[in-house]
Amino acid sequence: MLEIRQLHKSYPIGDSSLHVLKGIDLSVKEGEMVAIMGSSGSGKSTLLNIIGMLDEADQGDYILDGLPIKNLTEKKAAIYRNKFLGFIFQSFNLINYKSALENVALPLYYQGMKRKERLELAMFHLEKVGLADWAKHLPKELSGGQKQRVAIARALAADPKLLLADEPTGALDTKTSHEIMEFIQHLNDEGKTILMVTHEEDIAAMCKRNVRLRDGIIIEDKMVEQVRAQLYV
Amino acid sequence: MFDLDLWREIFQSINMNRTRSLLSGFTVAFAILLFAILFGIANGLQNTFQEAFGTDANNSIIIYPGRTTKANKGLQVGRRIQFKNEDREFIKDTYGDKVQFITSKVNKSVTASFKGEKNDYQLRGIYPEFMFIENNVVKEGRYINQNDINNKAKVVVIGKKVEEELFFKETAIGKYINLSGIQYKVVGVFTDDEGDSEESIIYIPISTIQRVYGNNDLVDFMHLTFNPEMSSAQALAFGMSLENKLKERFDVASSDQRAIRIRNMAQGTQKVDMMTASLSVIILVIGFGTLIAGIVGISNIMIFIVKERTKEIGIRKALGASPRSIVSIILIESIIITAIAGYVGLLVGMGVLELATPVLKDYFIKDPGVSNSLVAGATITLIIAGAIAGYLPAKKASQIKPIVALRDD
Repeated sequence: MLEIRQLHKSYPIGDSSLHVLKGIDLSVKEGEMVAIMGSSGSGKSTLLNIIGMLDEADQGDYILDGLPIKNLTEKKAAIYRNKFLGFIFQSFNLINYKSALENVALPLYYQGMKRKERLELAMFHLEKVGLADWAKHLPKELSGGQKQRVAIARALAADPKLLLADEPTGALDTKTSHEIMEFIQHLNDEGKTILMVTHEEDIAAMCKRNVRLRDGIIIEDKMVEQVRAQLYV
Repeated sequence: MFDLDLWREIFQSINMNRTRSLLSGFTVAFAILLFAILFGIANGLQNTFQEAFGTDANNSIIIYPGRTTKANKGLQVGRRIQFKNEDREFIKDTYGDKVQFITSKVNKSVTASFKGEKNDYQLRGIYPEFMFIENNVVKEGRYINQNDINNKAKVVVIGKKVEEELFFKETAIGKYINLSGIQYKVVGVFTDDEGDSEESIIYIPISTIQRVYGNNDLVDFMHLTFNPEMSSAQALAFGMSLENKLKERFDVASSDQRAIRIRNMAQGTQKVDMMTASLSVIILVIGFGTLIAGIVGISNIMIFIVKERTKEIGIRKALGASPRSIVSIILIESIIITAIAGYVGLLVGMGVLELATPVLKDYFIKDPGVSNSLVAGATITLIIAGAIAGYLPAKKASQIKPIVALRDD
């Protein structure tokens, strides 16, 4: 599914440069649920951005579903992101003047799907996250947990191969966090491959595999006994 | 390619940010408003100039005889130059189709009476061509014709003012008018949009006036129009040549300024043309200046908009928006705002001109207005202006990196 070999990335800071990723090797199989952990500055977000094609590595190979991701034009990257990846962000990143339904339908718009079709499909995904009644509401009328569920519905709308979550529970209280995690676990049960960045141990424990970064290298990569979020709800 | 969804996206964005869109449109609306008003006023000034020169053919030349001021070929100073009928033929033969219409004129003052009414008028003996030179319009009946000339007919054509003063509500056609004791049949009434003084005139066949007043072939002066296809330079040259030829014919020294004088409208026309041309240039410069200011204003606000929407654009890109779709959104939004605002400005400007027309008339500005071709031109200009205004911001937007846009800070 996902194959990363000897990935390097550095950012220029003034005259010198900051070496953020110093040779990452990572392989993720279909159906896995991986938590990438580490303190801030460990390079975990940079790694996720590279996997999400929002950023490009300086060196090393990145192969997604058999496709080498390298030297992409902006246009190509846009198409790949749309086709292969679903994003869930800490701050939801919904478009504030569009209703929940329109937000969910946006990736489908960029796929060139007809309006009627995509609104139907978006509605289906909103129902799945339990927000069918909130379809016409603007993001500001929704609670944090509801916003994140809209964001998840949006990430799922284009049926991506890989779901990328950057601190998906970072802006939510514990109870809501567990609800969201329960939902993500449910998606994983259905076979979705999920990659998540978090620095919270209890959230990481709800994944199936923990990868720990420190100073740009992987210091730990282990399978864990998944804690079901349902127990807390 | 008409992409309904793209337009939906754009109108949603404009609608969601109404104040912002309104503000950015304001500069352009104002620029176009100013432009329309300036343009209208310039148009009005031009109309005034044109009116000042009247609808007399502006290709006309009048030839006046005078007295010599220089001795020439053994002839004395102070000799009076007298034109005759044959001089008209001479000019016609010499210049051929360079002359469009030509008439000789004999002017007299007469007292005209009909029934109890009586008044003094100018009587002009003319050829039928004079109608086209003076741009007289026959209101009733007919003008002097060649038959009248041949038969030295005792007929007259009177101005509208004469009819009003002598005939009151009666129709003048077919009635006999008494001019200094002789009865003439009124065959026509004419109007002249130069006003009352030009309508207080009585026209008579030149052959009749020559017969009645002295039985001679003497002519007071000649009036002609040159071929309108001549450029003003050619027309001026024609006037010079005409003057020289006539001086030669009457044995006048070529440096004599008074014996034969020529008033060539081409001189005035040339000046007016130059003046209106420079006025147009000034208006265009001001208009483009204001338009550019408007474009810069829109561009500025669009840059601000892009900045404000950085995050949104980043989200769109993360969800798979191509750079082109981002450019389209910003560019078309800019074009729409510019075009709509510009149109509002244009309409308001035209409205203001419409309302101000009666007031402006007092300031020598007649019928200020904006032509349809200008509106069409403005539309195209506005779309181009919107595209220019939106280009840089759109380019900037398409270069936004989603990773930068999505950073939480």
